[in-house]
This record gives sequence, C-alpha cells and structure tokens, in this order.
Amino acid sequence: MTQLLAISNLSVKFPTRFGVFDALEGVSLDVNAGEIHGLVGESGAGKSTVGSAVMGLLQSPGYVASGEIRFTGRNLVGLDSDDYHRLRGDRISMIFQDPQTSLNPLLTIATQMIETIRQHRKVDVHTARQQAINLLKETGLNDVDTRIDDYPHQFSGGMRQRVVIALALCTEPDLIIADEPTTALDVSVQKQILDLIRTLCTARNIGIILITHDIGVINEITDRVTVLRAGRVVESGTTEAVLGSPAEPYTKALMAAVPRLDKRLERFKNIIDDEPTELDDTHWKVEGASAGYATDWLLTNNERAHTSDALPSVSERPAILSIQDLEVTFGASGLGWFNRSHGVKALSGVSLQVMPGEVLGIVGESGSGKSTLAKAIVGLVNPSAGRMTFRDSELPPGRQRTRAHPSRREIQMVFQDPYSSLNNRKTVEHIISEPIQFYGLTDNESQTRKLVASVLELVGMPQRAMVKYPHQFSGGQRQRVAVARALVARPEFLICDEPTSALDVSIQAQILNLLKDLQQTFGLSILFISHNLAVIRQMADRVVVLQNGQLVETAGTESFFNSPQESYSQLLLRETPSLTF
Amino acid sequence: MINAWLRWSRENELAYLFFRNPVAIVAAIIAILCIGGAVLSPWLAATDPYDIASLDIMDSLIPPAWSESGDARFFIGTDDQGRDLLSAILYGTRLSLLVGFLAITFASVLGVTVGLMAGYFGGRFDAIMMRIADIQLSLPAILTALLVDGIAKGLLPRGQHDNLMIVVLTVAIGLSLWVNFARTVRATTFVERNKEYVQSCEIMGMHPFRIMFTHILPNIMGPILVILTVDLAVAVLLEATLSFLGVGVPANQPSLGTLIRIGTEYMFSGEWWIVIFPSAMLILMIISINVLGDFLRDALNPRMR
Repeated sequence: MTQLLAISNLSVKFPTRFGVFDALEGVSLDVNAGEIHGLVGESGAGKSTVGSAVMGLLQSPGYVASGEIRFTGRNLVGLDSDDYHRLRGDRISMIFQDPQTSLNPLLTIATQMIETIRQHRKVDVHTARQQAINLLKETGLNDVDTRIDDYPHQFSGGMRQRVVIALALCTEPDLIIADEPTTALDVSVQKQILDLIRTLCTARNIGIILITHDIGVINEITDRVTVLRAGRVVESGTTEAVLGSPAEPYTKALMAAVPRLDKRLERFKNIIDDEPTELDDTHWKVEGASAGYATDWLLTNNERAHTSDALPSVSERPAILSIQDLEVTFGASGLGWFNRSHGVKALSGVSLQVMPGEVLGIVGESGSGKSTLAKAIVGLVNPSAGRMTFRDSELPPGRQRTRAHPSRREIQMVFQDPYSSLNNRKTVEHIISEPIQFYGLTDNESQTRKLVASVLELVGMPQRAMVKYPHQFSGGQRQRVAVARALVARPEFLICDEPTSALDVSIQAQILNLLKDLQQTFGLSILFISHNLAVIRQMADRVVVLQNGQLVETAGTESFFNSPQESYSQLLLRETPSLTF
Repeated sequence: MINAWLRWSRENELAYLFFRNPVAIVAAIIAILCIGGAVLSPWLAATDPYDIASLDIMDSLIPPAWSESGDARFFIGTDDQGRDLLSAILYGTRLSLLVGFLAITFASVLGVTVGLMAGYFGGRFDAIMMRIADIQLSLPAILTALLVDGIAKGLLPRGQHDNLMIVVLTVAIGLSLWVNFARTVRATTFVERNKEYVQSCEIMGMHPFRIMFTHILPNIMGPILVILTVDLAVAVLLEATLSFLGVGVPANQPSLGTLIRIGTEYMFSGEWWIVIFPSAMLILMIISINVLGDFLRDALNPRMR
C-alpha cells in the first residue's frame, strides 16, 4: 500500500484576544491509498481543523505553528496559494456535511459538474458532460441522463449527497476529506452513502479521511481510526484494535457513552466528566437550599408520586394521555383569500396512549411528524382532526386552549436545542423562577430563590449557576437548566423533543442518566422523541414508530428491538450503525 | 482605574472593539462635545439669543473676532439680528437635538411596538401594518412633515401654533421614521419567534405582550440600537431641513436649520460666517453620530468581523 498522506507533529494555533488557543497539538496520522481513516472526537476536539489544515483552508487567524503535512511526499505546509489552489480540487477533494448548502442552488447539477471538470481538465463541454454522467451513474443516481439537468432542490438529501460525492470525484482525486458526510442524513440513507464511500474507496484506490462524531459510523466503515480530544491524539490504530480493545480510558469512556442498540442498560457508566466546576462555585450557597429540598417540594401535593413498586400496576391505570386519530395539516387555506390549498398532512390518523409513569419513545426519520406531534400536544399547533384526552378530561386543541388551562402547567417540554431554548438575556435564576412565579407555586421570593438553587443542585449544577447567564455554560449544562425549568412547574407529563441530539455523546449520556433518575424519583410520564433508535432503546418502555406522519408500529421496547413486526421498523433497525462488541 | 477599564473592555466585546477603533473613538468624542455643549448651552453661552431684549441691532452682521472689523465679544460673529452666533449655535443645537431625541423616541416606541406585533402575530395584522408602512415609505419624509404641519396649522389657533411647534415637528419627524424600526423589528422578531425559548413561553400560556416585551425585545436590542443612532442623525437633519424650509421652529427661537436658512440669505453678500458655522456644526454632529451607528452595526453583527 502506498502512503498518500503523512501528517507529523502538526500543531495549529488560533491567536485570540484571550491568548493563543491550541486547536491541534502534535497530531500525527497517515492515510494510505484505498484506505478510510476515521477521525473521531467530540465537538472542539479539532477533527475539522485537521481537514482544513490539509486543505490549506484554515480559517483566519489560525495558522500551522509547526509540523509537516506530506502529501505524496510533498510538504504542504507553507505552500503558496497558487500551488495550493492547483492541488485542491485536483488531487484533494472534500465532501461537506450538509448537501443543502454545499451545492449552488441556482445552477443545475450539469453546470456545476461540467464547470468543475473543465476547470481542471482541458476537455470540451460534451466530453465533460459525458464524464459527469458516468460519475453520477457510478455514485448510484437513477435516470442520470435526464436528472443531470435538474437543480439541487429537486433531489432528496441522500441523492444530493451522492451528487456532492460525484462532484468531489470529478477531478479524480487521490485523497478525499469527508467532514461528517452523513450527519445531516436519516439513518436509512446514511447506510447507503457509507456503502458508496466504501465502494469508491476500494474501486478507485482513493485515500479517505472520514471525520465524524459518531463512533457507530467509524465502526461501520473505517479501516483505521484516530481518536482526538482537545487537539491531541488520544489513541490511534486499526479500527478493530482501537474499538475492540481500547487502551486509553478516554476511548473507553467515549464508547461507554454511546447508547447501545443491542441491550438496555440501567445507567451509563464510566462517563466523562463535564468540565470541572470552578472552586468558588461549590462554596456559593443559598441558605437552606439542597437537592433534597427540591425533591421534597416536587413530591409534596403530588398524588401521582410513586416509586418503582407501583410500576407493575401501570397497565391497570387509565392512560394519562390518549390521542385518537390526530391529524395535522399545514398550509391549508392559511393566509390567502384567493388560493385555498389543501396543504400537507404532517400527521394523519395517529392514535396512541401514554400510561402514567411510562416513557413512551417516538421514533422516526426527519419529516415523519415527531415534532408536530409534540407541538400538537402542547397546543402550539392546531390539529385539523382528532381528539386528545389528558387525565380523563378533553385537552382543547391549539388556539382553543385557554392561557390559564391547567394542562399548561401539567405538561412541560424539554427542547432539542439548548442554545435556543433558553433566553440568552436572562439569568438562570430568572429562567427557572419564571414558571414558579407564573404558576404561583411559592409563597414568597426567598422561597423561590431557595427552590431555584435546590433544583439546580438536583439536576447536577452548582447553585451558583443561578447568577450566571446561559451563554456562560456548555450545551450539556444548558440542557440541565432546561430540564430544571421544566421540572419546577411540577409537571405530570414531560415531553422531551430530541433532548440530546444537539449534544456530544458523553454529554448525551449524562443527560439521559439525569432524565432516568428524575423519571424514577418523580414517576413522571415522558414522551421521548428521538431519531436515534439506540437512545430510544435506553430510555423508553414502549416505542411508537412514525413514518410520513403515519403510525407504523407500537410495541414494547424489548419486543420491538428483538422482533420488529413492520418492514419499515426492520429497515430502520438494520440501517442504524451500531457498536457491537 | 486604567486596569479596571482594561479588564472591563476585555470582558465586554463591544467595549473591546470600541477601544481598538480610532475612528469610532474620535466620532464619540465629537458627538459627546456636540451633545454636551448643547445640553449645557444655558451655562456655556455668553448671551441668551432667545432674549430679544438683550439683542442690539447695532451689533448685527459683525464678522468673526479674528477678522479686521471683528468684535472680541462675538467670537464667531453675529447674525442679522445682532445675536452672538456661537450662543445661537449652542442654543440651536440644543433645540435640534431636543426635537431629534423626542422624534426618535416617538418613532421607536411606535415602530418597535408595531414591528413586534406584526412579527409575532403575523398573518392579517402583519399584512395590514406592513402595507401602511409601505404607504408611509412612499411618502418622502419632508412631505409627511409638511402634511402634519399643515394639518396642525389648520387645527390649532394661530397663537397656539408657535408654542406647539416642537410637538408638531416631533410628530412629523417621528411619523416619517417609525417605518425603519417597524420593518427591522418585524424581521428580527420573525426569527426570534420560532426559537424554542419563545415556544416555551407560549406553552406556559404567557400573555403575548409579556412574551414580546420581556422576552423577545431584549434579544433584538442590537439592531434597534443601531437604527436609534443612525435615525437620530436623520431626525436632526430632518429638523434642520424643515426649519430651513421655514416649516420648523419659530424664528425667535432659532434652531440649526433656521440659522442656516438665515445664513444663506447673506452667503453671497460677504457675510459667510452666518451660514458656514451652523452648517459645520450640523455636519460634524451628523457625521459623528453616523460613524458611531456604523460602528455599532458592525460590532453587533458577528458576520461583519
């Protein structure tokens, strides 16, 4: 095997006004032709910086401080921009994460591909077009001869990523850097794209650097893997060796944090700690506040509070939430006085029940109507048909639900993106105390303050967090604050809409542990929405599968994962990359 | 003291960028001098140009002190009424800024409220408000001001009109500027509205106005701040224009625009100072406020850096 790329001792620095930030420190790795080299790590580990450094596209003011990047023997560090420009695209190509934005929406596929081919090869338009057609065929696009003249928006996400790959292959490069090529795609498409990358790599003898945060993907297709953390190489070697018997505790912890598809664990163990709390944070206390105080407060006046011994009787109780034939239509005769359209059905004929104290997992690909379901339950979306019953009484839909309706307190929601779900201009104390004051749950301000501090401690945050603003926290800590905000309303029913998909795996494990603990302590009923089957397996008691707004299958978690009934469920399970060691 | 400043500027993004931008610093100094001079004019100015009894017609049209026939009492000369030009400029700036600030307050309160509601509620309310804004945009600001002034003249008795001129000017200028606020606020509210923190407020059942003013408004202050500075300059300029055209404040209380208008009459007869100094003051003030507005826009927009 010929060595294509050899990075040795690469350091990249970003000078900022707070001092010099070392994005990469002494990173060494090499890629051979016909090999996929995986780069894995959490956000901020420097994965993408390696890719940009090789491409010579480090964002200003970043620079290579030391080390070498040898590409077929030639050192790329310090190459002038003209030489780099010739190399880039010609011999090194890149596949980006989001096929939505990496194609020009105003040009047809043919135009974009022919332009790229002719930029690097002296061929006439017809030859270039023929080459483009061949490449698109090679990437598995159907009806290439007619579809080549379509615009990017006329393709689905997976198809578009195939076009992006074809575009990267235009110049017959020796090395391709794929930066999270499947992160924006659904699982069923992800598998196909990964297979395509593998096939191309072998058939064309290309070296590929695959950058991803998903250890499942690494396990699926890479030959060798380098684990990065905070700009340093933690571990490197063949994928089998590194993932099969990880030597470093960080690699072990990273793998332990990945939710398993094959069995349910009570808790994630051996997980990586969040950034250490500052010392003065731990000494700052509100008088009388403690996690125990929050637990007691949340459990008083709370008839549903039951412990695990009450769980067997779950099936005998009436459902806390039941939904019958729910239908949501978007865009039907909305604004227009003139053009009344029939709109798009986001949900049709969905019926389900959530038992008290149960975690119901909702699974589906993007566009399946998972979030619409959550929005219909909380009243953000007006259903066009169907009934919802909450605690034996009818739940008024959408606008008809009054602002003072009791369900507004009893149903709380944790959102996907902790960066947009907390108001950045308010302190954490303000954010958490808002529901307390709004629902009038405490008698006076000092009690509210005590409660806010206590709840923060309950969700694993220092009490001092209450005087800070959301932007001072990491994503995981923000999500803890969001959970605390939902909790202080003393909800009966909690909706978690992809609560961990914006977070790193190790943080995801922490948040999932937290939700499990809270669910057990307070006997909450939870509607847990996720596109990640492995997360659902860890969290849910029962599973509901949605596809294109319709309910495909409802089953107990164990029976669903062991013997899925519907073909779509089987497909989903088959295509999910997993770690099975 | 300096250390404290440095520490503050290191933590505060805006202050950091400000202290590294010499143009912004100079503009800020000029703006502060102009505004400070205007505010403190009753104490700084040598004479009170509004006090007709103190004026002496014999002092009229005296050139600046450094020229041959200058008078040490009047540093940059006098106008046709015998007013000390420096005092008149300070008082005039004060009047111009007063009208500017009042108008901008009126415009921002109206525009922000309309913009928030249009962006938040959307639908028909939004459509109607934005068509009204379009109509407003199609009328030049001066035309709006003339219209309001005309209506006020018709409605108010003659004597009252002069006293209420400042109010009329404020309303006229405010009316022609609220659209900027409304459109920008509407656009940014659209973005904020779909964020999850707003949805969480809606789920709680919070009143829409509370969501708008306590949750969304603090998050869209950046663009509002920028328009406030830029439009303050526009408002001062509009006031000057209207006064120049004779629609503005009465002649016995000259604003910058009135002074410039008086000056133009003497421009070609050799008395250049009457028009040059008020104009220079106006230009300096407008440019410095505009530069500050530009700086704010760039500093608050992460993509411009």
